[in-house]
Amino acid sequence: MMKTYDEINKKIESQKAVVLTAEEVIDYVDKKGLEAAAKEIDVVTTATFGPMCSSGCFLNFGHSKPKIKMQEAWIDDVSAYCGVAAVDVYLGATQLVHNDPANMYFPGEFRFGGGHVIEKLVAGEKLQLFALSYGTDCYPRKEIRTTFDINDLNQAIMTNPRNCYQNYNLAINCASDRTLYTYLGVLKPNMRNLTYCSAGQLSPLLNDPYYKTIGVGTSIWLAGAHGHVYAEGTQHCSKVERSENGVPMSGSGTLALTANMKDMIPKFVRGVSFTGYGISLSLGVGVPIPILNSDILKHTIVRDRDIFAPIVDYSSDYPNRSSNILGRLNYEELKKGEVTIEGKKVEVGSLSSYSLAVEIANLLKDEITKGDFILSKPFQSLAPEQGMKPLNIK
Amino acid sequence: MATKRLLLNFPKDAVSTPMVYHLVKDYDLNINIYRAKITEEKGYLVLEVGGLDEKIQQAIKFIRDSNIEVNEKDNGIHWDEDKCVHCGNCIPHCPTKSLYLDRQTMKTCFDESICIECSSCLSNCPYKACTSVF
Ligand code: SF4
Ligand code: SF4
Repeated sequence: MMKTYDEINKKIESQKAVVLTAEEVIDYVDKKGLEAAAKEIDVVTTATFGPMCSSGCFLNFGHSKPKIKMQEAWIDDVSAYCGVAAVDVYLGATQLVHNDPANMYFPGEFRFGGGHVIEKLVAGEKLQLFALSYGTDCYPRKEIRTTFDINDLNQAIMTNPRNCYQNYNLAINCASDRTLYTYLGVLKPNMRNLTYCSAGQLSPLLNDPYYKTIGVGTSIWLAGAHGHVYAEGTQHCSKVERSENGVPMSGSGTLALTANMKDMIPKFVRGVSFTGYGISLSLGVGVPIPILNSDILKHTIVRDRDIFAPIVDYSSDYPNRSSNILGRLNYEELKKGEVTIEGKKVEVGSLSSYSLAVEIANLLKDEITKGDFILSKPFQSLAPEQGMKPLNIK
Repeated sequence: MATKRLLLNFPKDAVSTPMVYHLVKDYDLNINIYRAKITEEKGYLVLEVGGLDEKIQQAIKFIRDSNIEVNEKDNGIHWDEDKCVHCGNCIPHCPTKSLYLDRQTMKTCFDESICIECSSCLSNCPYKACTSVF
């Protein structure tokens, strides 16, 4: 081992750490050579910005006078889960607003929902709380209606069961007669367009494919707030096909993240409406990778052209849980905006913002360079050989 | 020869004026209609007119004299740079490439001069960065 977390943190504290983004590090190592660069570089910052449906937040409202034990609650008419203590609720990113017609008049617009409420909260906007209860001796109030903003809350803790997917499907529509409305956008028939959703060479888990430094307890940057990985993400599935460089060739590892919403920057917390699909939340995440040795550095110099993702037909294979793929493409090809699949030119769109990922990687780099962001050693590794269970209908 | 994009707002009492007919016949203009909607209450018409500069100016005066509001500067579709996250989801859905990704900066740009106001970006921007003035 060349460096320890403590040594790197000491350098960060004395503002002497050498920090590069996962984009900058590629050319740097090219020039300096791996071993020399590994000695010099202390931290590589990775980042991503895109929709992460498995997100939400715990809010604690504090007690009204007289008190209420909320049994059902709505924030700006979006239902929040109350099956926890009296004034704690969990608001999920994909929750629809009350009375949304959803896909009744297909495709639905899904103008407002949980993701938008979370965006408004972080932006400091005023929201309305409406809650009902059956009343108890200790919590007699049966109804409450009031307005609040994030500063009125005791806590607003973002708690996301699954973020930062390590690689993802490339969605395409092979049907000849119908447009698809999916969580990867609108897919035109006859493979006229394709959507990808990854920051590629900047993406956190693609820069640490074997989870050598990113694990439970790792400090992360979640929309500007300093948070951490609190568990492996749901559907974490590390046992997948990998290329020679160790990079998974399909969706695989995931992270469960948490951070204080009161410290978040509104720009990186954005409600999302997918026509014909629903609501989600886009988040900006930055993850620092300590360069403990040259092996860790080697993985951070992965390039877009070395990261392959599977092309999946969302007209049939995806909804039917088939493992069929149409082939693989790398992110360098995808970022050009047009690819050729089975001899056909296909336009490429994306749901991941590379430019925001670059911005986040640089913001995190600045914080570390200034000594404002300290790394932490994970106290539990992410499972390296874990599969994923299907739901079998019995 | 010149071309110009015009946004016409019809008040209630002007909704039955056959405006396009006059523009073609009286002012000898080429008309490309981008969007139009007329109800009992009001209406709008977004078009590109082509013809002699002088005729275009006369036509604009005629439209105004007919009590119809003309906006010569605007585009009926707005792209809000502050709301845009530069994801690029709208790009395969924009038929004219008015919305395009600068592949160097990986930032989305909007060239409103070639936008045909097809409205496709309205439902394909998950962040509602694209909106319509109507
Ligand atoms: S209205 Fe149509 S042409 Fe104009 S920017 Fe939107 S998608 Fe492109
Ligand atoms: S889809 Fe919306 S947010 Fe994404 S690039 Fe287009 S305008 Fe910007």
